[in-house]
Formats: sequence, structure tokens, C-alpha cells
Amino acid sequence: MERHWEHDLEELKQRLLWMGSLAERAVHQAVHAVLDAEEPLAEAVLNEEDAINEIQIEIDERVQRLLALQAPMAADLRFLLAVSRINGDLERIGDQAVNIAQSAMRVMRHPQVKPYVDLPRMSELAEGMVRDSLNALVRGDQDLAQSVMQRDDQVDRLRDQLFRELLTYMMENSAVVFAAFELILVAKNLERIGDHATNIAEDVIYFVAGRDVRHPALDRR
Amino acid sequence: MSEMASPSPGKEQVAAKLTPKVRTEGGVPNTSGKETPVRFNISGLNVFYGTKQAVFDLHLKIPVNKVTALIGPSGCGKSTFLRTLNRMNETIRNARFEGAILLDDQDITKMDVVGLRRRVGMVFQRPNPFPKSIYENVAYGLRINGYKGRLSELVEQSLRRAALWDEVKDYLHKSALALSGGQQQRLCIARALAVDPEVLLLDEPCSALDPVTTAKIEELMFQLRDSCTMAIVTHNMQQAARASDYTAFMLDGKLIEHNETSRLFTTPSDPRTEAYITGRFG
Repeated sequence: MERHWEHDLEELKQRLLWMGSLAERAVHQAVHAVLDAEEPLAEAVLNEEDAINEIQIEIDERVQRLLALQAPMAADLRFLLAVSRINGDLERIGDQAVNIAQSAMRVMRHPQVKPYVDLPRMSELAEGMVRDSLNALVRGDQDLAQSVMQRDDQVDRLRDQLFRELLTYMMENSAVVFAAFELILVAKNLERIGDHATNIAEDVIYFVAGRDVRHPALDRR
Repeated sequence: MSEMASPSPGKEQVAAKLTPKVRTEGGVPNTSGKETPVRFNISGLNVFYGTKQAVFDLHLKIPVNKVTALIGPSGCGKSTFLRTLNRMNETIRNARFEGAILLDDQDITKMDVVGLRRRVGMVFQRPNPFPKSIYENVAYGLRINGYKGRLSELVEQSLRRAALWDEVKDYLHKSALALSGGQQQRLCIARALAVDPEVLLLDEPCSALDPVTTAKIEELMFQLRDSCTMAIVTHNMQQAARASDYTAFMLDGKLIEHNETSRLFTTPSDPRTEAYITGRFG
């Protein structure tokens, strides 16, 4: 039996995925603004921030309405709770992209500190995690969600590696401190994007299987 | 890129965290890890109306001092099953059952039926107060059970337990039929509680009541659960979700799933349960 609000659920999913695609694009553009010193890319990210924020509010309103009016149970309830959390994570990913874009605009006014090697790797990893976490939601794919969670440590390690390397540059040459510091912030932003993608993956597993896999160290007996 | 020195949670570790931790001590599913004592132990129950079978091979343990909700589509056998627990089905011609129903390990077919129904009280869908005063409605059961103590005290206690005392204390000799529907239903609960039952069976007790009165009855159930085992048949899934500790889903006379309410309504094990509680059928 098709329920009359099935359409509302599908529409909600599509709006969330649209928000995800905007957030993904924002991250991609912001990082390339840094790597290629492209100011128009950074400006595009800043201009699109409001669009992401507006969708966040819209999605929250849709979730609230469905919770109030349809008293959802089981998978429907888990889906709405997951959407509400993913909504917040995507908005934060958008914020991190804005931060990267702002760093890009500052860093491009200075000579490049070093060839970018780890930053593109980090960004590819983080963007891939965001993309795969959303794909996992679309397909209801627990395995894909798990693989996203397993990549988070790689991103963290790259951040640490970048920080150590940029520190040596700053110690050797005080002229690069400003630019190097901005790059450290960019790395931090990408690491946070990885964390948010991990959160999304955890919410996908909760929605699909009803298991809360956050904080594996906690004993849930 | 170098290999990880301290690996992220491997697939096996994450998979281990996906394993549910539901235990079944005493056969009553729970996640608390504590043993759950059982009030009713039902095994291999089949109920018939003449040649028509209404309940098929039902196995269920109803825990002590908890509320167990019975849900399922109309005609699935919930009320039939409930009425079997205090042999009320015997009032229906051609009704019979096979299988074992143990109340505190005693076979209910070997008990005096009046004594059984004192221990296992019942509240029906439509309030059915006696055409007597409020006081007499509550006192009647005590009198016929030979109670010799301070009747008025027990009447007051029962009405208080049913959250009705404050509304009727100045009108105890008024006819029960003059009460509102919600008050009459609470009077019926007080009447059942007066004889200090161990179990209260409630067959859609709120279906004829307004939302405010329904909330009062549910609150009353919440207060009673520490001293009384309850089983409630309800068509209102939100009521089952709000008011019960355990939920049993029945379909076509069979028990499909029985679990802690919080689990059944968030992660049901059986796809038929999922389909029913999400409104895809029924």
C-alpha cells in the first residue's frame, strides 16, 4: 500500500542530496582556489554559502512537519533522524568550504610556500568521503558507509603530516609564516570535512541497520 | 602515502559493533542484561470458535509488572488471545483452547475460574459500570469476595489508584451512570483494582474516549505498572509506543514478533512488523 506521504519522503531525500552536491562542489572549488590561486573560484564559494544555509532551514522544516504529522516509526523514523543530523553536517561542510575559500583569498597574495603535494591528496580524500557517504545514503549501502569511516584516519594523518612540514618551513623562513599558517588552517578545515563525512556515514548505517556505531570505544551493554 | 601506523577501526571491529546486544533471559527479550521474571507463560496456544481457529501455536511470556501491548490488524486474534488469559472466552459458546497457559507456574485450567478472574482483572472497550452508586461499584467485588475489613478505606484507595478519587469523593453515592465516559472507564479500573489483581487485561480501553481522557488512562497505567502486570490490546500504535514496555505484533492469529517496545518501533526484526507499523498495510 503506497502511503500518501511517500512523495514527501522522496522529495526530502532529493533536497538533501541537492544540498550534498552543493556542499561537495563548494569544497572542490574552495580547494582549487587555493591550489590554483583562482580568485573567481573562491568568490563563487562565498556567494553560494547562503544557498546551502537556506536549504538547511528548509530541510529542517520538512523533517519537523513529517515528525509532527505522520508519527513515523521504524525505518521512516530512523530516516528522518538521520536526515536531520546529516543536514547539520552538510551545512558545516559548507562552512568549512567558506573558510577554505577565505584562506585561499589571503594566501594567493603571497608567494607559494612549497609545491602542493599533500593538500591535493587530502582534498581528494575528503571530497571522496563526502561523495561516498552521500552515495551510501542513496543506495542504502552499509559497506560503502563503513569504508568512509575507515578513511578518516588517513585524513587525520595527512593533516598532522602537513602541519609538521609547514612548521619546518616557518622555522626556516619567517617570510612564509603568514601563508604557511593559512595552509595549516586549510588542512584543519579539510580534516573537519572528513569528520563530517564520517558522521554522515555513521548516520547512514543507523538509518539502514538501526545500529548506532558512533563512539565504538563505548560499551553499550 | 605511508601505511597507517595505528589503523582505523577495521571492518571486523566496526562489524562487531553492529551486532545487536539483545538478551533473552527467561525468554523475555531485553537489552538491560537483567533477568525479567515472567507472570504469564503461554506455550503452544491454539484457540478455536467451533471449527474456526483464531489463534495458532502462540508462545509468549508476559513479564511481571510491565505493560505488554498487543497490536495487529483487525481480526488478527489479539482480543481472543487476551480473553483466554482469564478464561473469559468460556462465556462464548463453542470457544475452546489448547495449549498451556501458566500464571505464576500454575495451569489456569486447573484453577477456580472466579479466583482466576479475581487475580486477572479485565477492563473492556466500552465502560461497563454497574447500575449502582460509585461506591457500590467498587465495593461490590470486595463484598462478594468476602472482604470483612474497612470497606470504605479500600474503596477510597482503589479510587485513588484509578486517579478518580478527587473527582468523585463528594459524590460517592451518586449513580455511576451519571459519570462521563472517561470517569466511568476509570471507575471500571478502580473496580478491578479493588480486589487487588496481579494482572490487569485491558481490551482497547481508550477507543471510546477523547484524547485528554486517553492521556489520563495512559498516565494511570504508568503509575500502576510497579504493582500490577498489564496487557493491553490497542489499535493505536502511538498508544502502544507511549504506554507499553513490551509489544507483541500479531497477524492472522499468529505471533509475529515480540520485543521491547523501544526496539520493535525503531528496529523491528520482521518485515511484516515493519510494514504494519509504518502503515504500509493494516
